[in-house]
Amino acid sequence: MTASLDAASPPSPASPSSFGPARELVCRACGATFPLGDSYACMECFGPLEIGYDFGTVTHADIETGPQSMWRYASLLPVPSDIATRKNLSPGMTKLVKADNLAAALGMKALWVKDDSGNPTHSFKDRVVAIALSAAQELGFTTVGCASTGNLAGAVAAAAARAGLRSCVFAPSDLEAGKLVTTAVYGGTLVTVDGNYDEVNRLCSEVAGDLGWGFVNVNLRPYYAEGSKTVGYEIAEQLGWRLPRQVVSPIASGSLMTKVDKAFRELVGLGLVEDSPAAIFGAQATGCSPVSAAWAAGHDVVQPVRPDTIAKSLAIGNPADGPYAIDVARRTGGAIADVADDEIVAGIQLLAATEGIFAETAGGVTVATLGKLLDAGLIDPEAETVILNTGDGLKTLDAVAPVATPTVTIAPRYAEFRAFAEEKGL
Amino acid sequence: MSVSVRIPTILRPYTAGASEVAADGGTLAEVIDAIEVDHPGLKARVLDDDGSIRRFVNVYVNDDDVRFAEGLATATPDGTSISIIPAVAGG
Repeated sequence: MTASLDAASPPSPASPSSFGPARELVCRACGATFPLGDSYACMECFGPLEIGYDFGTVTHADIETGPQSMWRYASLLPVPSDIATRKNLSPGMTKLVKADNLAAALGMKALWVKDDSGNPTHSFKDRVVAIALSAAQELGFTTVGCASTGNLAGAVAAAAARAGLRSCVFAPSDLEAGKLVTTAVYGGTLVTVDGNYDEVNRLCSEVAGDLGWGFVNVNLRPYYAEGSKTVGYEIAEQLGWRLPRQVVSPIASGSLMTKVDKAFRELVGLGLVEDSPAAIFGAQATGCSPVSAAWAAGHDVVQPVRPDTIAKSLAIGNPADGPYAIDVARRTGGAIADVADDEIVAGIQLLAATEGIFAETAGGVTVATLGKLLDAGLIDPEAETVILNTGDGLKTLDAVAPVATPTVTIAPRYAEFRAFAEEKGL
Repeated sequence: MSVSVRIPTILRPYTAGASEVAADGGTLAEVIDAIEVDHPGLKARVLDDDGSIRRFVNVYVNDDDVRFAEGLATATPDGTSISIIPAVAGG
């Protein structure tokens, strides 16, 4: 029988599964399983749920012939196989920059920067949002939202605009101006809250429960979190299908660091990379360092703190994935450290001055922490290392504005410039 | 002493769908015991086998995370509002 062209035909049974290789939700704490849906906390123990998969065979060729976006890994994500043809921002496949100048400045042999400021809204959050919004549509949500430290709000507002969904995003009212503007411009509802991120997060948990909206990092969190895996997949593929010896990731909720590790484990399990050691290191700002403090104290439980740092995108005082970030650092032979605000600014300047990459404050945290871990002898300068830059410095101009100023201001007269140039030895 | 307790969606099967319940008790521990009488099963969802607040549960007394206060011994004077919220994160 030939396929009918009648528009009223029922959907073909061969239509792609709404969630691709995803099969169920699994509690990370107790292992209980639940059907795919909008649950995010275990009915048994409140533990976080994550996606359980049934991957088939996936080859290098399957991936390499895919689109130049994170959708080349669709067969490893909870998305339909035709996701690349749907209305979304097609994030990912950002540059892996060989950072020889920064390596030389730090006395390292081989260093790369995975530069996620190249995503559509200039942060790695486009990856997680793309998957969360796919799930939102499959689950029938027409309004999506989030609790945000800034980057996520813009990513949700932009992706919702493109997908034709309503958005209502929540963020602390003291956010950087750049992040408020780059969210509001997309036309959804932006609610700023007189409180810190943890208070915004709590509010959104209550709103999500009562209004029936899809909050990407609350009730869609199991799907959302999987987007961070694509950072790990891309690093491995861009290195020529192998794992780096060391990775340094910023820690806010702790999710990114754990998902990069998960990506590496999956690639090993699928036979796509060799099972070589890949130590994962975490970076925090001292003004919000609950995970680093727990690591230093040898604790498994993360004591919440009240954040006070210029690295607002990392200012989560009660990080839900903190214990898992500690597990990952311990299991892989990594470590977790934190750096002060002035070191963060210096980190931003160092990356900019050596590699021409302007990172937001979170990137400054990562660069400065790399330096600190090298000084402490915890990172091997001889071993290949990848650091993650998760966002664009243009969104956090305030942090560096006091130190990034014109060298001189002169009158439009040649003699005046000559005098300046001679004085400076230019 | 009567306090109000906001119940997250995930625990509403224990409260016949109610999003808020009233209870008596001078401390958070006493309030949780009182809720258990009217809504059996709920306590074991909030506290672990050792009687501590579960790792992935946040409890707020008048907007303050009890981990910053006295935990289960946090005072709950008359009129206090308590929220029980599953921990989630992600910026």
